[in-house]
Amino acid sequence: MAAIARSLPRMTVKLAGQTDLDGWRTAARALAMKGVPADQVGWTIAGNASADLFAGTDHAASEALPGADSTTFTVPRAFVELAETVVCHRDPERFALLYRVLYRLREEPHLMKIGSDTDVRRLEAMAKSVRRDIHKMRAFVRFRRIGGGPDDRHVAWFEPDHFIVEANAPFFVRRFTGMRWTILTPLASADWDGTRLTIGPGATKTDAPSEDDAETLWRTYFASIFNPARLKVKAMQAEMPKRYWRNLPEASLIPDMIRGAEEKAREMVEKQPSEPAPHHAKIQARHWPAPPAGDSTTQDGADARTLAELSRTAESCRRCDLWRDATQTVFGEGPAPARVVFVGEQPGDHEDIAGKPFVGPAGRLLDGVLVEAGVDRDAVYVTNAVKHFKFEPRGKRRIHARPNAGEVKACRWWLDHELALIRPDLAVALGATAAQSLLGKPVAITKLRGQVIVRDDGLRVFLTVHPSYLLRIPDPADRDAEHGRFLADMKAVKALMG
Amino acid sequence: MTAITLRQKLAILSDAAKYDASCASSGAAKRNSLKSGGIGSTEGSGICHSYAPDGRCISLLKILLTNFCIYDCSYCINRSSSNVRRARFTVDEVVQLTLDFYKRNYIEGLFLSSGVIRSPDETMGEMVEIARRLREEHRFGGYIHLKTIPECAPELLEKAGRHADRLSINVELPTDEGVNRLAPEKKPETIRISMARLRSKIEEKSEPTMRTKTRERFAPGGQSTQMIIGADASPDATILKSSARLYSSYRLRRVYYSAFSPIPDSSSALPLKNPPLMREHRLYQADWLMRFYGFEQDEILSGRPDGMLDLAVDPKLAWAIGNRAMFPVDVNRADRENLLRVPGLGTRAVGRILDTRRYRRLRLEDVGRLCQSITKVRPFIVAEGWTPGALTDSANLRARLAPAPVQMELF
Ligand code: SF4
Repeated sequence: MAAIARSLPRMTVKLAGQTDLDGWRTAARALAMKGVPADQVGWTIAGNASADLFAGTDHAASEALPGADSTTFTVPRAFVELAETVVCHRDPERFALLYRVLYRLREEPHLMKIGSDTDVRRLEAMAKSVRRDIHKMRAFVRFRRIGGGPDDRHVAWFEPDHFIVEANAPFFVRRFTGMRWTILTPLASADWDGTRLTIGPGATKTDAPSEDDAETLWRTYFASIFNPARLKVKAMQAEMPKRYWRNLPEASLIPDMIRGAEEKAREMVEKQPSEPAPHHAKIQARHWPAPPAGDSTTQDGADARTLAELSRTAESCRRCDLWRDATQTVFGEGPAPARVVFVGEQPGDHEDIAGKPFVGPAGRLLDGVLVEAGVDRDAVYVTNAVKHFKFEPRGKRRIHARPNAGEVKACRWWLDHELALIRPDLAVALGATAAQSLLGKPVAITKLRGQVIVRDDGLRVFLTVHPSYLLRIPDPADRDAEHGRFLADMKAVKALMG
Repeated sequence: MTAITLRQKLAILSDAAKYDASCASSGAAKRNSLKSGGIGSTEGSGICHSYAPDGRCISLLKILLTNFCIYDCSYCINRSSSNVRRARFTVDEVVQLTLDFYKRNYIEGLFLSSGVIRSPDETMGEMVEIARRLREEHRFGGYIHLKTIPECAPELLEKAGRHADRLSINVELPTDEGVNRLAPEKKPETIRISMARLRSKIEEKSEPTMRTKTRERFAPGGQSTQMIIGADASPDATILKSSARLYSSYRLRRVYYSAFSPIPDSSSALPLKNPPLMREHRLYQADWLMRFYGFEQDEILSGRPDGMLDLAVDPKLAWAIGNRAMFPVDVNRADRENLLRVPGLGTRAVGRILDTRRYRRLRLEDVGRLCQSITKVRPFIVAEGWTPGALTDSANLRARLAPAPVQMELF
């Protein structure tokens, strides 16, 4: 009593109910505008006898306070949102604390951003406690069904910490729209008849049904989904504190589950592996027959007679390490025989996912330029010097990495066999890696661009840049100029095709 | 033999499903039943409706359609050579169980996987039918996660994505060699290609269609995967490298790590010991550092020649102790990126530091109020009136900050 005597408020505001945010707002706004300091105001709830200490100086919240004019002062959204939550807290001090912060906001407009301020922290802690309670109610309400068929109703008994039933009821409406349900708590109840939500008075546990057939199945599930080899009781209790257990049908199983866990886990560890189940051999024979004896044909593709065969063999290539991180081998595509073969560097992100060459941005650019140059895309075979995508992971993206000489050399195996089956009279090397693979040595593309080098085997190799180079040029004017050069190259290719 | 009851089936087929770590019901599009008049909603973050004494959240009805399986993966309780009791739900039973549990608010929805019976398409077809019936016949708006069978036909995948919130395919083990050895009938290439297919479908369907200008629904909660930890000899470095590859290649929402746990009737190919739970925990922490804290996979293990995460301290603290030249960081000036590197400062705390310091200079006490505990933070920051001095470089820093070894938990 001494504490109250020392800071006896000059006036007391009586609110209409435990979560009367509107009443608080109206009164608090008026008081703050009149400059009434926080320690001069007491807050009480109508009909709450024990809190009614200052009955003599009541101001009903709904009455306009004398002297309050209609100009408003603004508060940050963050405060309004916090207040909506904090009013649900069961601490009787909440209205006073909210008013103190409101009062301070007049002088300290950034107060809500000061996470280290004691008042702000206290409000946040209260809001957090309310939010947690709201969340736990959504989690731990357990409905029990009354009746069956179309007339059934679902009723739950729940004991929240704060005044949250009204704030939380719309969630249950959104979720259980097609059911008729009632949630009973000591402080309030919520009822949904399929079309209308009604908030009513508190109830007692005996008002709710005491059992439901589904609970047997639910308890079976709870017991079976538990892995005794991973016992972590504290982790469970942090999230599902014991005070909730009395209203959870599954919770009565917990002590026995814990007691038996160690023993069960030990049994599993100690038990010797058993003989395979009787049906196992039959399943193996039916679904996974051993490959026929003598099927030891070389898997290197050397004897492949068609591109399809060659490409199938390349699927499981392990000639270098690039297969490890990529999704799949991206083999060449196009007619065979073909007059001309376009060789790029390696598949990119899109190609790796799709399993087809030149389907990403660079491929689309190439397609466009080929159309412009009048090259019949369908008469062209496209492939890459390296058949697996080499990259560095960066978060949700993959950054292209250049294949090294060893990888280019290893993968040349496939390019050589492709060329042998396609027998083109012209190959177009798109970029340095392709040129290196086709010519067997490093080539300065910038110097030799647009030229034709004839290989020992007679294949003519036309040298140009990779279309992805064009995509990386930031300046539009430069890009246009390069596009023009690339188009000229493709026209030259068209001419060489004859 | 008497007919198996629904309750027995549930016991067998949930026991069979418990080794899958994922129970998440988050990431779905917002949805409720106000318009449909049915039941079910998903509102962003999922809800854990219960916790088992293994500390794991129970959010979904996590069951197998059947535990009959033609595969023989040695780590799996349902492998064809296992002597476990077998059962099979009907489509109706799964639909009814899901609805009954959901209406009592036991669950957020269904996580359905299955052993493969007869053919992948047949099994996947039944799983899709369950999802379809829930959605179309019962106007069910809760969460649905389907474990996709990699070998199934593309049309089935398409249908699965229309009804499910999330699809997942397990990579099973961190390396292809591991899969070849322990799951000889599974093809790592097929698994990768299926994940690639899922990624393209998800991306394709997130674009509005030309004709209707609306988006078609396709697994709005994305895809995830799981790796078993400790069944093969892969070190953490290999595991994290695989994760980095999976996140970047297939845009996964999550990679789950599941400590290999002894199973009843185990195979001789595997270690029989308690699951490496602390290792699993450290891997999750390292995974978070990669996804939310701007760490690269190779950085996290830079100071660990054996490629294993430090079990005694969390990976961020381990990194900081190994890179003390980067500290102390001035909380009043450092940018977000550097603040995120400070042990004990989470993304939230860093956000609040950045907010607060626009209006006042932060003292050590202020930082203490903004984060969970200042003990870990103190040696690594400079604040108004505080410098750690020699503390940052003190030889026993690690010993000081490492938590005391945990005792067996008593109840
Ligand atoms: S990049 Fe070429 S050589 Fe290397 S694994 Fe792939 S297909 Fe084989």
